[in-house]
Amino acid sequence: MVKPRLRTGVRLTFDRVRDTHVLLFPEGVLVPNATAAAVLELCDGSNEVGEIADRLGARFRGVRVEDVAGVLARFEDRRVVEWT
Amino acid sequence: MDVTVEPPLGMLAELTHRCPLHCPYCSNPVELAAKRDELTTAQWLEVIEAARDLGVLQVHLSGGEPLLRPDLPELVARASELGCYVNLVTSGLGLTESRLADLAERGLAHVQLSVQGADAARADRIAGAKAHARKVDTAAVVRAVGLPLSVNVVLHRANHDQVEELIDLAERMGADRLELANTQYYGWALRNRTALMPTPEQLAAAEPVVRAAIERLRGRMEIVYVVADYYERYPKPCMYGWGARQLTVAPNGDVLPCPAASVITTLDVENVKRRPLGEIWYESASFNAFRGEDWMRDPCRTCDRRALDFGGCRCQAFMLTGDASATDPVCSRSPDRSVVDGILAGEAETVASAGVPDFVMRAPTVTR
Ligand SMILES: C[S@@+](CC[C@H](N)C(=O)[O-])C[C@H]1O[C@@H](n2cnc3c(N)ncnc32)[C@H](O)[C@@H]1O
Ligand code: SF4
Ligand code: SF4
Repeated sequence: MVKPRLRTGVRLTFDRVRDTHVLLFPEGVLVPNATAAAVLELCDGSNEVGEIADRLGARFRGVRVEDVAGVLARFEDRRVVEWT
Repeated sequence: MDVTVEPPLGMLAELTHRCPLHCPYCSNPVELAAKRDELTTAQWLEVIEAARDLGVLQVHLSGGEPLLRPDLPELVARASELGCYVNLVTSGLGLTESRLADLAERGLAHVQLSVQGADAARADRIAGAKAHARKVDTAAVVRAVGLPLSVNVVLHRANHDQVEELIDLAERMGADRLELANTQYYGWALRNRTALMPTPEQLAAAEPVVRAAIERLRGRMEIVYVVADYYERYPKPCMYGWGARQLTVAPNGDVLPCPAASVITTLDVENVKRRPLGEIWYESASFNAFRGEDWMRDPCRTCDRRALDFGGCRCQAFMLTGDASATDPVCSRSPDRSVVDGILAGEAETVASAGVPDFVMRAPTVTR
């Protein structure tokens, strides 16, 4: 129960019209901010939260595991992310 | 007018009005489009491309019955290729495993399957066809192919007592989501309003059942419950605002700010065959008619709820008051609320004196 992934039916893509990442799912569309999009891109069911934080840490400064966990908890509430 | 118009997020593409079912609650217009008036494959492909260019990210392929269009696979593929989330809104009749597997391969993301009742006897009577058992099979096919499934039930007097059984059925079908939506009175549903209007007792009985099920199934099956707005104090936030998020393209290419908007006879309806979609969205009189707040009258104009519900439904305002700019008469603050109360009292009286009228079934399939 530690590896997050996008729920079935949820898709993360880049929208060139709005020039941003978008999350698409049956109920609607969410526009994640850049950090959230980076987290979600790594949610493929093969990375643990700690690994996601490490990999983001290599790209962005000051990424903390708590922040990643916080982002994921919010997306879990919105039925975007589930745990495997 | 000072309104920033955002690009649309969603498009409801009504590929055809033809349908094997005859639901008396159908929101399709009473004047159904004939087959010969439907857009061609090339025209639908252009519409999909124009919609994506405009910013559409969700394409709902609906109807009528979208499976009656042999070009459905092509349309799914194009919308998905362009980066849209493609949702198939279907009665499920004719959706075999090989057909669905092909659609999934072409990028279909989600299936929304309608169900008319909790058991075959009830459901088939409402659908006017032997359909229920095939829908249960369709749900299994959706699971087998691995696509997410929403079950949609339109609630009314003839099935409201089955709410609990309907929830059980959706669970057995393996739905990820269940929409229990009370009938919106447009099209055929408006014609059948007396027979469809649920009683206050039915609504009161359903409420705790639905609430308990939402709790019990949390995390497994999401339940969306849309209440009957005639009985509410405030209107629904219709379409999240006119021309704000979604557009509808009817089978003949008419472009509407909401699926029911063809009832507003004062609206100058545009068509994709005559004007580019982008221009229709941003510049047309019909899409700008009720954008923002300038069009609002009292009491909406100064109401503290106007950013929540946008003054309610324009179609309902027009149908019940003859004025599309009026406050939705469902609203308790509307000077026309008595119209809605009068309808409720009138329907109840008709039923009390003459019994529940027979359904006027949706007309036989149009094939011309
Ligand atoms: C018009 S149907 C077309 C697609 C397909 N024939 C079906 O019934 O699923 C589109 C969706 O609207 C729902 N619907 C139909 N009439 C309605 C009404 N009067 N009020 C609310 N929803 C309605 C259906 O259950 C379905 O989910
Ligand atoms: S609601 Fe019923 S009659 Fe209307 S299009 Fe859907 S299946 Fe056909
Ligand atoms: S008066 Fe208008 S804005 Fe206020 S609650 Fe009623 S419909 Fe909504």
